[in-house]
Amino acid sequence: MESLISLPVLLPLLAAGLKLAIGVRLRRLQSLISIGTLVIVVVVSVRLLIEADTRGPLVTDLGGWGAPIGICLVADRLSTLMLVVSSAVTLCVMIYAVTSAYADQELTAPMGIFHPAFLVMVAGVTDAFLTGDLFNLFVAFEMLLSGSYVLLTFGGTQSRIRAGATYTVMALTSSMLFLIALAVTYAATGTLSIAQLAERFATLPMHVQLLVELTLLLVFAIKAAMFPLSAWLPDSYPTAPTPATAVFAGLLTKVGVYSVIRLEALLFPGGPVSTMLMWVALATMLTGVFGAVAQTDIKRMLSFTLVSHIGYMVFGVALSTVLGLAGAIFYVVHHITVQTSLFLVTGLIERRTGTTSVDRLGGLMTAAPLLAVLFFVPAMNLSGIPPMSGFLGKLVLVQAGVADGSPLALTLVAGGLVTSLLTLYAMVKTWGKAFWRESPAEHPGLVVESEEATGEAAIVTTAAMPALLLGSAAALVALALSFTVLAGPLSSLAARAAGELMAREPYISAVLGRTITGSGS
Amino acid sequence: MTVPLLPLAACGVLIAVGVTLLLERSLVRILVGVIVLGNGVNLLIVTVGGPAGAPPILGRFAPETMADPLPQAMVLTAIVITLGVSAFLLAMVHRTWQLTGSDGVQDDTEDRQVRLRARRGELSEGVRQLRAAYRRLILDQRAELARLDAARAEREVLEETRRQELEPAEEKRVRLLGLREEDARRQRQQAAREKELRRRLRVRQREALKQMRAAIRAERERQALALDPELEGDED
Repeated sequence: MESLISLPVLLPLLAAGLKLAIGVRLRRLQSLISIGTLVIVVVVSVRLLIEADTRGPLVTDLGGWGAPIGICLVADRLSTLMLVVSSAVTLCVMIYAVTSAYADQELTAPMGIFHPAFLVMVAGVTDAFLTGDLFNLFVAFEMLLSGSYVLLTFGGTQSRIRAGATYTVMALTSSMLFLIALAVTYAATGTLSIAQLAERFATLPMHVQLLVELTLLLVFAIKAAMFPLSAWLPDSYPTAPTPATAVFAGLLTKVGVYSVIRLEALLFPGGPVSTMLMWVALATMLTGVFGAVAQTDIKRMLSFTLVSHIGYMVFGVALSTVLGLAGAIFYVVHHITVQTSLFLVTGLIERRTGTTSVDRLGGLMTAAPLLAVLFFVPAMNLSGIPPMSGFLGKLVLVQAGVADGSPLALTLVAGGLVTSLLTLYAMVKTWGKAFWRESPAEHPGLVVESEEATGEAAIVTTAAMPALLLGSAAALVALALSFTVLAGPLSSLAARAAGELMAREPYISAVLGRTITGSGS
Repeated sequence: MTVPLLPLAACGVLIAVGVTLLLERSLVRILVGVIVLGNGVNLLIVTVGGPAGAPPILGRFAPETMADPLPQAMVLTAIVITLGVSAFLLAMVHRTWQLTGSDGVQDDTEDRQVRLRARRGELSEGVRQLRAAYRRLILDQRAELARLDAARAEREVLEETRRQELEPAEEKRVRLLGLREEDARRQRQQAAREKELRRRLRVRQREALKQMRAAIRAERERQALALDPELEGDED
């Protein structure tokens, strides 16, 4: 069972290498490799989740070195839960990408570049969730970032290169900060194994602890797009190809949030940083949602809501109670699925009409009723309309905030409700303009842009939607809806994961208590 | 553990140089900044990672004299990663140069949107001023015409009363005829002058209208140039 843990990281990497070797030939085989790999990853992740939930954290050592010195992969409840959701989401997005490539007859570049970059990114994401070593977390970040650089600048058009420049420089800066944090950590503790760090940090003087914690937090805050380090996100994400934006929005920021959860719960439990995190959460929620209200482009609007809802998760983490943490974990799971499905549906709207600007869209309700439903359901889910999972996630967080009872926590609860309301406003505004109102053009819901007008390659617009394309988006919407039905098991799982995290002991003893092959350095 | 001062100072200088270069707008300088910054950070890891010592090869040196191999392994990884990312950044600099002819980082979308909105505000302010000037011109012209009309009406009334007074006197008829003739001549002159004035006013009006339209069109074109594909559709 332990040997399965490395598969979610290894398989996508191997598949990426294989696809680079094959190049652009054998397209059917190539799509089969991409999808097959991700299916296996989903199955393995589910198996790991069941195993980790019943038996406690699973650990495997890599490269034949023992835990504190060598790198180990740890699959506890939190990481396997994240793994299951992320692999399910990436599978749907991959099916979407393959189908749209086939439907639009654009096979050369996607097979040759898009798929390998996508798979490397998936490997980076799974590695970030599973790793038990801080330096390996850095490597995982670099893996997913280098994949995302390629996906973001895919095609090398002017707008993507412009967005890519901001994104790359921002990511490089955070990587350098991460390395500095690692140097400081290693100098202070002599180890980078997370389990050993959890033990050793407590013995350090307060100011050293705070220095390390804040540096690491800074790095993860950039990754998670927490205010005031969130300005890069709405500027860079909307320009990327749809499958890339969808998976970025769903996963990359959540890797940052996951790292913050690990940092706050495992490495620095109950530190003095939580008050600061509360304010950060409030500012993230409000600035993000105000940005979303002001946007006229659906993709940009969604990017701002993405930033805004990161605030909820940070709020849950900052409460540093089991209930708050469980709320944050539940919210992460909900948000990955909903945000990805919204971006995929927006991609379908763009495919249908050639634009994502609500000023030009209109009459889609009659022109494409299925799209209208597919957009409406996750939009309401994100806004937190009962009984959908967005409502349940916010409910748990509100309960946790009220249980905390401090004035700041109550302010945040109020801020969260305002954010939810404003999200609903932004969503309804968009939906009303793009779907509900009369079509502004003579062709209902159809705006065809010429090449000169956009400065990009001509956008293919077609009313024909391959079943798999709609199906992959619909599957994600359904997955997000299923969290309502499965809310009981899911929230109890999130609570168990949070309990395990707050207890800290299961994780540390699973890694260190198992084999004493080395004594650190 | 004692820390050697010189390498640490070197780290500080390298990181400071790197950060300074990162803050530039030219992508090439940013690239150089990333490389310098990366070197500084790698040096930092090696420096704070433990004291110098013998190569960490088992069997040749006593374990106590060896340097800690872990930071070295980490730095090697970091160097490789920095190399790969630098190559990507270089490719992106090249592509930027191909597309725009410069390697500067362009403003982000929100900045450009704000600037565009300001320019649109200026434009509508300009249009408003032009319209106001045009309206003033028309008002002036109307006032002048009204004055002319009033003068003519007054003259007609005067003439009527004079004719009624002079009607019975036979010998005065001749003089009246002469007067009338003179009056008619004056009226004709007046009408011609008025016509000329009206024509000139019309020309001036047309000129002003044309000027205003040209100004608006030029402003629109300037704006269309400033619009870029990402911002399409937010025209109101």
